[in-house]
Amino acid sequence: MASRAQIEDRTFGVLRWVVIAGLAVITIFPFYYMLLLSVKPIDQLLLDPGKLWVGTSEFTLDTYRTVLKSVDDGGQGFLRMLGNSALVALGSMLLTLLVSVPGAYAITRLRFLGGRQVSALFLAVYLFPATLLAVPLFVVFARIGLQGSLFGLAIVYIAQTVPVSIYMLKNYFITIPESIEEAAALDGASRLQTVRKVVLPLAAPSLMATGLYVFMIAWNEFLFALLFLAADPDKWTVSLGLQQLANGIEVPKTVLMAGSVVLTIPVVLLFYAAERLLTEGLTSGADKS
Amino acid sequence: MSTAQSTQQRRTPEADTANTRSQRPLTLAQRENRAGLAFVSPTLLVVLVVVVLPIAWTVLLAFQHARLVDIQGMGFLSNWTWSNFSEVFTSPGFWTSLWTTLVYTVGATAGSIVLGLIAALALRRPFRGRALLRGTMLLPYVAPVVAVTFVWEIALSPQFGVVNEVGTKLFGWDEPVAFLSTRSQEISLLGWHVHVPLALLTVIAFETWRYFPFAFLFLMARLQAVPEGLEEAAVVDGATLTQRFRHILLPQLMPVIALLSVLRFILTFNKFDDIYLLTGGGSGTDVVAVRVYDFLTARYDVGAAAAQALVLAAILAVLLGIYFKFFAKKVQEEA
Repeated sequence: MASRAQIEDRTFGVLRWVVIAGLAVITIFPFYYMLLLSVKPIDQLLLDPGKLWVGTSEFTLDTYRTVLKSVDDGGQGFLRMLGNSALVALGSMLLTLLVSVPGAYAITRLRFLGGRQVSALFLAVYLFPATLLAVPLFVVFARIGLQGSLFGLAIVYIAQTVPVSIYMLKNYFITIPESIEEAAALDGASRLQTVRKVVLPLAAPSLMATGLYVFMIAWNEFLFALLFLAADPDKWTVSLGLQQLANGIEVPKTVLMAGSVVLTIPVVLLFYAAERLLTEGLTSGADKS
Repeated sequence: MSTAQSTQQRRTPEADTANTRSQRPLTLAQRENRAGLAFVSPTLLVVLVVVVLPIAWTVLLAFQHARLVDIQGMGFLSNWTWSNFSEVFTSPGFWTSLWTTLVYTVGATAGSIVLGLIAALALRRPFRGRALLRGTMLLPYVAPVVAVTFVWEIALSPQFGVVNEVGTKLFGWDEPVAFLSTRSQEISLLGWHVHVPLALLTVIAFETWRYFPFAFLFLMARLQAVPEGLEEAAVVDGATLTQRFRHILLPQLMPVIALLSVLRFILTFNKFDDIYLLTGGGSGTDVVAVRVYDFLTARYDVGAAAAQALVLAAILAVLLGIYFKFFAKKVQEEA
């Protein structure tokens, strides 16, 4: 007769695989479904909604053509939006790094007046609801003419991503031995030189991880893009363009799915390319608590 | 100690030249202070301009008569009024919307952490393809919200969604279910007829799905750091799997779970995009964040929108205050 321990081991041994399979299905299926619908003609979807594969005869890329072609050519102009999104995301990434690297360094290494309060303030940004910011930023941007400007959007994204960026960089800076910096100082390097020539090259993996994080947040962001850019279709990012497309006059769902794929692919590729870097950057420190 | 020495040595010649110019050289602490302030000022500036000042202004706006059209010519400190708040508190649906926000937040927070915990436990021991699955499981979290909400919308559609197709053909549902636009669905369970807020449950399920990877990521990292010896000792003592989980793993994970709960609660409480994109705030999913947006863009009533946002933030602050006062310490002690 099996003991309680053995029964439990066996049940959970089986249950574990059920759970793993279930998790695989719920995470992969929606993305598979997105891809599947994007290469189907809409009438095929309406005819047999339960069919989860696409026959060679019905396979089509017209949906992508429609989505990517410029508005003048009768398409939806996503190519231009991809450009806008890339511009905003890259800009936010560079600006955020430019701002948060010295900030994180100062908080990790330097003792200065109000240092603790400042680092608490940076963390607190995370607690302020975006809705609280949305109202005044909406008004200010309308007033000073930054509404409809991609630059204005990038500035907002800096503020939105700075807390996590500083947190990620800080966790890495701490691991760099101070003696290396002291050696540089002995050789007569100024503080700025030390950071640029010694700390930054050592922190390259962390810089990449942080940069990617910012890029992904900026690429995916929707609320502020909606508030600031909605009136100016030339400036739409892919996220906003897709949502506006869905709201507009009857557009086939398969075309919407093609747009979703176009929006998702850059982020997913980036993520897979740098998954380890990114997850370690985010969770370092979590395993020590 | 060695920092002080090395910098001191390096500084002597400079300090001499500085002496000739001004009366006294800066001390090491002063120099560090200056460097620190200089380094931190760009971040500080951005945070002040894009976060702190706007929030301060929101507070002012909440007490002013302000519609978007008359803000242009309006001073920062005029048109004082309490009417925004009375408008917010008496507007139809405010209290239900607050309740909805709370249910949504608690449901989504608990859901994503529980599912994340289950996932972390299931993937704890290595198996073939674990690394790949671990990466793939993060997809819901990293994928753009607009794209994933559309996939859910289409998959759940009563006309051509795969979920209803499977439900009606395989599970014998009487008719397709409009998951995202049904305020209340009657279901019969063992002869009982109960009404469930279907659309609300669906958005909670969506949030659970989208954010369980976040909890999974952090719980997994913590789980990997639990010392092997602890559990081995418990096995020798004859502890079963559930006992080991309850008495060894759970206490180790508790601080991370507590932190995740607070973090997810805050973020979900203020969440706008997900619900706006899935239901537009209809069918019993009218959370406060979506109401703020409606006040702002549909009525151009900046004052009321600000007051609404402020009320939301104040409630969140009170809830967090209660948590930290009464529960945070308890979690620490148990852990």
